[in-house]
Amino acid sequence: MLLLERRPVDSQLMRWASPLLAMVLTVITGFILFLAMGKDPVEGLKFFFITPISDLIGLAELGLKMAPLLLCAAGLTVCYRAKLWNIGAEGHFLMGALGASIVAVQLGDASGFWVLPLVLLAGVLAGMLWAGIAAGLKTHLHCNEILTTIMLNYIALNLLLYTVHGPLKDPYGFGFPQSVMFGETALLPDLIPGTRLHLGLAFGLMAAVAVWVLFARSYIGFQLNVVGQDHRAAAFAGFGARRLTWFAFLVGGATAGLAGASEVTGPIGQLVPQVSPGYGYTAIIVVFLGRMHAIGIIAASALLALTFIGGEMLQIAMNMPKAVTGLFQGLLLFYLLTCDAFIRYRIRLKRLARQPIDSAAPAAPREA
Amino acid sequence: MTAALRLKLENIVKEYPGCRANDGIDLTVEAGEIHALLGENGAGKSTLMKVIYGVVQPDEGRMLWNGHPVIVDSPAQARSMGIGMVFQHFSLFETLTVAENIALGLSPAEARDRAELDRRITEVSERYGMALDPRRYVSSLSVGERQRVEIVRCLIQESTLLILDEPTSVLTPQEVADLFATLRQLAKEGCSILFISHKLEEVRALCHNATVLRQGRVSGDCRPADVSASDIARLMVGDDTPISTHVAAADPGNVLMQVRDLNWKSSDPFGTSLKHLKLDLRQGEIVGIAGVAGNGQDEFLKALSGEIKVARDSLLFGGLGIGALKPDQRRRLGMAIVPEERLGRGAVPAMTLAENALLTASGQGLVDRGLIRFGRVREFSRQVIRQFGVRCNGEDSIAASLSGGNLQKYIIGREALQNPRLLVASHPTWGVDVGSAVAIHEALVRLRDEGAAILLISEDLDELFQLCSRIGAICHGRLSPLAPTADLTIEQLGEWMAGGFDDGEVSYAVA
Amino acid sequence: MELLTNVLAATVVAGTPLLLVALGELVCERSGVLNLGQEGMMLMGAVAGFVAALSSGSLIVGVAAAILAGIAMSLLFAFMAVTLAANQYAAGLALTIFGTGLSAFLGAGFVGQSIVGFTRVAIPLLSEIPVIGRVLFDQDPLVYLSLMVFAGVAIFLRSTRGGLLLRAVGEDPEAANANGLKVLVVRYLAVAFGGGMAGLSGAYLSLAYTPLWTENMTAGRGWIALALVVFATWRPERVLLGAYLFGAASILHLVLQGLGWKSPTELLAMLPYLVTILMLVLLSWNPARTRLNTPLSLGQPFRPGR
Repeated sequence: MLLLERRPVDSQLMRWASPLLAMVLTVITGFILFLAMGKDPVEGLKFFFITPISDLIGLAELGLKMAPLLLCAAGLTVCYRAKLWNIGAEGHFLMGALGASIVAVQLGDASGFWVLPLVLLAGVLAGMLWAGIAAGLKTHLHCNEILTTIMLNYIALNLLLYTVHGPLKDPYGFGFPQSVMFGETALLPDLIPGTRLHLGLAFGLMAAVAVWVLFARSYIGFQLNVVGQDHRAAAFAGFGARRLTWFAFLVGGATAGLAGASEVTGPIGQLVPQVSPGYGYTAIIVVFLGRMHAIGIIAASALLALTFIGGEMLQIAMNMPKAVTGLFQGLLLFYLLTCDAFIRYRIRLKRLARQPIDSAAPAAPREA
Repeated sequence: MTAALRLKLENIVKEYPGCRANDGIDLTVEAGEIHALLGENGAGKSTLMKVIYGVVQPDEGRMLWNGHPVIVDSPAQARSMGIGMVFQHFSLFETLTVAENIALGLSPAEARDRAELDRRITEVSERYGMALDPRRYVSSLSVGERQRVEIVRCLIQESTLLILDEPTSVLTPQEVADLFATLRQLAKEGCSILFISHKLEEVRALCHNATVLRQGRVSGDCRPADVSASDIARLMVGDDTPISTHVAAADPGNVLMQVRDLNWKSSDPFGTSLKHLKLDLRQGEIVGIAGVAGNGQDEFLKALSGEIKVARDSLLFGGLGIGALKPDQRRRLGMAIVPEERLGRGAVPAMTLAENALLTASGQGLVDRGLIRFGRVREFSRQVIRQFGVRCNGEDSIAASLSGGNLQKYIIGREALQNPRLLVASHPTWGVDVGSAVAIHEALVRLRDEGAAILLISEDLDELFQLCSRIGAICHGRLSPLAPTADLTIEQLGEWMAGGFDDGEVSYAVA
Repeated sequence: MELLTNVLAATVVAGTPLLLVALGELVCERSGVLNLGQEGMMLMGAVAGFVAALSSGSLIVGVAAAILAGIAMSLLFAFMAVTLAANQYAAGLALTIFGTGLSAFLGAGFVGQSIVGFTRVAIPLLSEIPVIGRVLFDQDPLVYLSLMVFAGVAIFLRSTRGGLLLRAVGEDPEAANANGLKVLVVRYLAVAFGGGMAGLSGAYLSLAYTPLWTENMTAGRGWIALALVVFATWRPERVLLGAYLFGAASILHLVLQGLGWKSPTELLAMLPYLVTILMLVLLSWNPARTRLNTPLSLGQPFRPGR
């Protein structure tokens, strides 16, 4: 019979092979899915994975979607390495967008090079504030961070909706829920002229590098690792759990807040309700797929950015529902977790125990 | 083959990836016999028990039960055959009653009549001198009482072979005597008993026969009453390992640490609170605290290490009130701690030995302005490995891959190399092979001779009597008085371990 | 009085989806398994129920399809979390993301379609009682089902051998295994029950509460249910109470608007989430109390026979 047997030592090969295997399985499932829907599977896969990045504009769009994912994932990596399950990147992103927008609208057409940094800073602080709420609830009131951050995500969304329908609504916007367009000085400069790719990607890459340094070289990164792997050892060593929790959450809030601020000062240029197609949640997948490692999350954010634009392409070219993006992302994570199990376990064919010579051995009566 | 042979194991082989845990083991137990199974940790005792109890299947060999060959493929089948197992770490549910716990192990038909079950429990437990109230919640029982529940459960399931895995490690000397009386009575009535232990004097007092395992094989059979403890020890460890250390007398200096009326209330309903603890520790001496697990040792250790905060002046170190300081701050003052759990507190299992050095030794110049000096970390680890004879694949070995003894040597070495002024060690040789245990004892004595103050918390009375100049006991979170070892008897210590002392007595001054 | 009765009746209706999914998760968690995938399972139940009911013309078929969809999703999770002993948090999140995506995908073609959902069925005599009659005995059939499930779960946990086994496995799977209890089987069954309830809850949303399908129509109820189970210290009676409290919180903004209070919809819509946080605070701020009631092995994977 087939048995799942624990390996004596975790398989290093599987640790790197697992994400690749998961991607292959996702592609295969996609193939079958297209077939089942009566669409040409090869065309479908081509439109999803290849066409979107086949020219410079496409690559720029990839970078555009990569930036917020990478920023959020960098912050989440810091949290997840310490097993702080911060699901709030979406909320921090939204608050970052909100904070940046409020300042940008207030400053209007002000001129000076200080406008943009101030706007971005507002976004960062807003994200940190929102993350701080969850951190405080955890360190001082022992509330589970998964639930609090998710609740805060919904609250942040509603705050954003309220603001864009109310206080920040463009009076000349024909009643649409959107803010005024931000002034020129409050917009992110382009990285590649002629495309929409902006500085946000640079922020993302810098954040990834910072995360790498944090965990490869710094003592605080080591402490975060220990907290995540063995909280009793962390307590024994005197690595303050509270201090580290605040650090991780604030970093997470700052990066996601910056991502949100970059999105409204970059491609969108104003505050709208649909500021995030779910970047904060997709970033979670990026972290797992990227093995919580700087290089990994850069590659994974590129891949997941591709699922966004691939999904859009499929919608246009083959009339598929927009939800195909979410489906592929979900499949990817799901396969990843399953393949990850094979880091720890392997399949073995086990022969059944030998047949008993006398299987009817009676229980001996107790001697008086 | 007479029918009196209850259990016979022939050539049992069980292999795991990387080691042959049981390598051709033969064992016989007669009806009414108390048979000891001895061996160090890692000798193969637990694997053999798992084979007998049906938790794992042997790769080769066979088992005969009352003369018939059998295959035991699950604990449920073992139980139905009449094999009862009392585990070292009890398998009881705290939020259920005694009767509910016992009912879980019976078939639904047997367990349906609760009143009948209650009656049987009361009858059986009283018959063997282990009175139990079936309606009490297990959470309210003492460790000794919980063990009784385990034994009564086996008796109700009409076991004819009772396997006890290290049963006395959690009992006071008086409770051990009670247990032995019960076991002798059971044996007289025809029940066979397999007694797994490493406590040689107890085995000699109780058991008719003994089988000694070493490295997966039977290294000898004997009648314990006819041989000396050191003969048995030789069978356990072979001829070339030292089995004890000679410890020279201590020469204590000034008082270094004072515990003054230390109190701490546990927020865990199942935890132990600390009450009015009082203790003086001098430089250059080893003081021992005996106690059955669960009486506050862990909490006391955490209060000393800083994992638990207490009143500032209830703990004085060199005159300084440190009760509110964090662990890393206490380390900088010269305190070192060796906790009971090596994997999962003393060391992070998945990290390398070098990384684990950073856990406590960062103050040795291993971190500079927030960045880790990897070169220095590795050098430090290599030094520990060298000086303490840690068998491993270098400083990049994963902590979990080391044997218990070697990991413990590394942990002790990590602390010792920081030249601590005070070392608190909790159960440092628990589950450690004899060779490593001797090395650890020698390391502690060396530290003592260099002027460190050492507090040794342990369940191993032999260890305490061998190493310490003063010994006391902890019970229900209270500390007994401390007496000089030379003046202390096991009986007196046993009484203290059971709580037979008044609060408020000042510890004896060292002569 | 009329207003009060209507508000209470609406509270029960609004609380029912929460009650169903929370009861399911309660049983699941009592076995020691934490399933964060409620949103995914509920959405799959909602879409499966809606599509099946629409295609077959029968609401019962829809409900059955929803329950099966929930169970199927939960078994995927059980495979990862129980058999493969993977990180339960990550597996649950994966289930949520996957279920959200898959349901959106499958339901894409059905957005905007409508169906005649479950209507109220008054129980003769009992529904004539003032206030209580309308609130408890004049509701749609799924509400009655939810109350029966509540009673069933409560009795099961307290008085049956099965409940005893469940509690034992949740408290200490090692000890349970040593006692010969089949830990993995018990956990699979508990997870599947949770999945079935989540599916049923989703069906309630798409077949009774608002008989239609939209993406993400659960609006976080699955997460709120998780908090609810913690808040209720894993006891069914408290889950019932909490579910209806939530129900009240979520319709509050409608009530206030009805009363003429002018308050932006979005701010009032935050209410259930704020109340959830408050609930978590009230429960969690004293860690000793939490520990007393938590199934001890919650969230820890169980690897038998090491």
